[in-house]
Amino acid sequence: MEFLERFAIPHPSPAIYASMVAIALVSIGILAGLTYFKKWGYLWREWLTTVDHKKIGIMYLVSALLMLFRGGADAIMMRAQLSAPDMKLLDAQHYNEIFTTHGVVMIIFMAMPFIFAFMNLIVPLQIGARDVAFPRLNALSFWLFFAGAMLFNISFVIGGSPDAGWTSYFPLAGNDFSESVGTNYYMLAIQISGIGSLMTGINMCTTILKMRAPGMTLMKMPMFTWSAFIANVIIVFAFPVLTVALLMGTTDRLFATNFFTTDNGGMDMLWANFFWIWGHPEVYILILPAFGLYSEIISTFSKRNLYGYSSMVWSMVLISLLSFLVWTHHFFTMGQGALTNSIFSITTMAIAVPTGVKIFNWLFTMWKGKIRFTVPMLYSVAFIPLFTIGGVTGVMLAMSAADYQYHNTMFLVAHFHNTIIPGVVFAMLAGLTFYWPKFFGFILNEKIGKVTFWLLTVGFVLAFFPMYITGLDGQARRMYTYSEATGFGALNMLSFAGAALMAIGFVTIVYNIYYSFKNSSRDIGSDPWDARSLEWATHTPVPEYNFARTPQISSSETFWDSKKNGHELFKGEIEEIHMPNNSGIPFVMGMIFFVAGFSFIFALWVPAVISLIGIFICMAMRSFEKDHGRHISVKEIIETEEKLGGAK
Amino acid sequence: MHIDNSQPLEYSTQQNQLNILGFWIFLGAEIMLFATLFTAYFTLEGRTGSGPAPAEIFEITPVLIETLVLLTSSFTIGLGIHAMRLGRKNAMLTFFTITLLLGLCFLGVEIYEFMHYYHIGATYQTSAFTAALLTTLGTHGAHVTLGLFWGTFIILQVKKRGLTPETANKSFIFSLYWHFLDVVWIFIFSFIYLKGMM
Repeated sequence: MEFLERFAIPHPSPAIYASMVAIALVSIGILAGLTYFKKWGYLWREWLTTVDHKKIGIMYLVSALLMLFRGGADAIMMRAQLSAPDMKLLDAQHYNEIFTTHGVVMIIFMAMPFIFAFMNLIVPLQIGARDVAFPRLNALSFWLFFAGAMLFNISFVIGGSPDAGWTSYFPLAGNDFSESVGTNYYMLAIQISGIGSLMTGINMCTTILKMRAPGMTLMKMPMFTWSAFIANVIIVFAFPVLTVALLMGTTDRLFATNFFTTDNGGMDMLWANFFWIWGHPEVYILILPAFGLYSEIISTFSKRNLYGYSSMVWSMVLISLLSFLVWTHHFFTMGQGALTNSIFSITTMAIAVPTGVKIFNWLFTMWKGKIRFTVPMLYSVAFIPLFTIGGVTGVMLAMSAADYQYHNTMFLVAHFHNTIIPGVVFAMLAGLTFYWPKFFGFILNEKIGKVTFWLLTVGFVLAFFPMYITGLDGQARRMYTYSEATGFGALNMLSFAGAALMAIGFVTIVYNIYYSFKNSSRDIGSDPWDARSLEWATHTPVPEYNFARTPQISSSETFWDSKKNGHELFKGEIEEIHMPNNSGIPFVMGMIFFVAGFSFIFALWVPAVISLIGIFICMAMRSFEKDHGRHISVKEIIETEEKLGGAK
Repeated sequence: MHIDNSQPLEYSTQQNQLNILGFWIFLGAEIMLFATLFTAYFTLEGRTGSGPAPAEIFEITPVLIETLVLLTSSFTIGLGIHAMRLGRKNAMLTFFTITLLLGLCFLGVEIYEFMHYYHIGATYQTSAFTAALLTTLGTHGAHVTLGLFWGTFIILQVKKRGLTPETANKSFIFSLYWHFLDVVWIFIFSFIYLKGMM
């Protein structure tokens, strides 16, 4: 019994016990369902062992949507707790845990897989490649992300959730002030999924640099591919910093080292610096692919080519450089002195310039265009003004002297949600709607989609704009309650109403998928939106080899050229295609990483060492394996092409 | 698989070229990893708490042996790759084996060095300085250890399968890794040991 006590929840409540039961029931339900419908073999062959970038993309997509609801549940609980003064819904400890997991889940386990989903689904198609450079590494990246996400999500029923904020500042996150294993979960789960992200970064950079179709020079790449490339360059240079910081945090907690402690020379501010040297580039890792999606969508639905292509590219390059030079603005009040703060104020404000260039480019793309207000376009059009407000409040926060007024208030919370929701979340939903037909063969219902859009937009404005006001009036973030005398009650109730609208909005997305699956036409062709770039040039659904013949590229909008200007996209004979084999090793490695992470979290050294050895055995097996892939014969390709409606 | 004979064996297929570029990008990430460790070390090296200062624990002899051994191993793996380019399998295997043996020597001396620190009271838990020192050295040492296993696998594969585009590619990438560890060591030697002993 003593052994099992470590797994108990330090702050139990009926809601957590209910969740435990729910998790157990759902897991049993899934296992039973798989057995009853005899789907184990299908699951193993088609999904768990797949190395196909499109299937991996879909798995990222499903995970991201699930995590969106997990993080959303946290959000609605927080807003409910703050909806009126002196609420008793959550106590301080639960509130701490919930805002911590909300932040981590939304950034690391929702937004990251969402952008990885689109990178996986779109990038190889946009550059006319068969797959990514290292398909098996790609599968491993996914399973590491998945292992990290699962590990993080069981924390609240086994051992307790992290409660030191998503930034996990030391000394609060050290053993003295965070006694439960919660912060161990934070360190290990993010470490595991972070290694996966780093591998994706390397994989995507190599893919984009070396696997473009003939004729596609760097300056003829579609804008989403450009944005993905720059985001992945940032990943490669930012994630190792997080790796080291998390490693040090882990040893501080598990092996009593003194990196971030307050005695024996430890320096807590080192964590804050490392965290944000990764953390600030991280927000650009999320927003740049979102910008890429908006660029594709706005030019498609304005029936115009993207305005200022090269300035779009250069502005992203500039943003990626500046993103590494601004981290101190996250802690202006922590005593760097006026000179340091001033320098970081200026670098921060400088980011507004290239971002502004992009805003104007989108506006000029729409100027005199034939705009179709489809659901993806609505999100994009709403994004421009809303994101601009988020950007302007960002410049307000960047003024270090003024920041002393709003630091750690709800004003900051309003600001970053104002950039992340219209910036990243809207882009993901726009991209989801836009690319859905390419991968699932039917269009999501536009009417329901528009209802979702309005619920989310109105909900967003109601939820977050009041926080600007309460923040300026002094409502601190991360406080679980406030007194009636503060006068924050009414505006917080408004926020709660907005959050509730958003929650309904997200549910309507699920309903839309269900409704459209049942009712939408399957006869949509391969190019339902009259789009412009290469991903629409192949069949729907996309065959596993993507393109039967390698496309010949003329411009960044080759597909448009082939439709309107008679550019010959596919030339020559169909040849045999080489494809990689499926492999179970990435999945197995992901599961071993899960066990390793869990063992380290609870300091169970025997299983920890065994699972580390297991990981090395998997790597050794990969080294000795002779895997030359397989070939798809010409006959097979022609049959597939004809079944999909004519050779491409 | 299309083989381009105008290229050296390790570059001769498209997958080989992808592997090499991908590994260079990985080394870029590794540079960031070690840069972060060095940053932590430089920030914390003066913060010794109640523990010893750098000059009190560093000893020049083991460090010089480690340096000499590792630099030589970088030279021998270069010879190994040169032999591989000439298609001389046995010479290549000999140089690779010498490289790994030198790596093993390095590791042995480093383990001795760590035990020495432990005995004179500079443990992982002593101070922020010792934690940063041992983490930086330990990360490098862990890379060398991994390299010893990886290199052995490659020797076994070359021995069994001969010099094919695949094994040549693996050997070349391994040599990049090994040279990289040497470069990192030069920084460790100059900016941790020499600086600390001055």
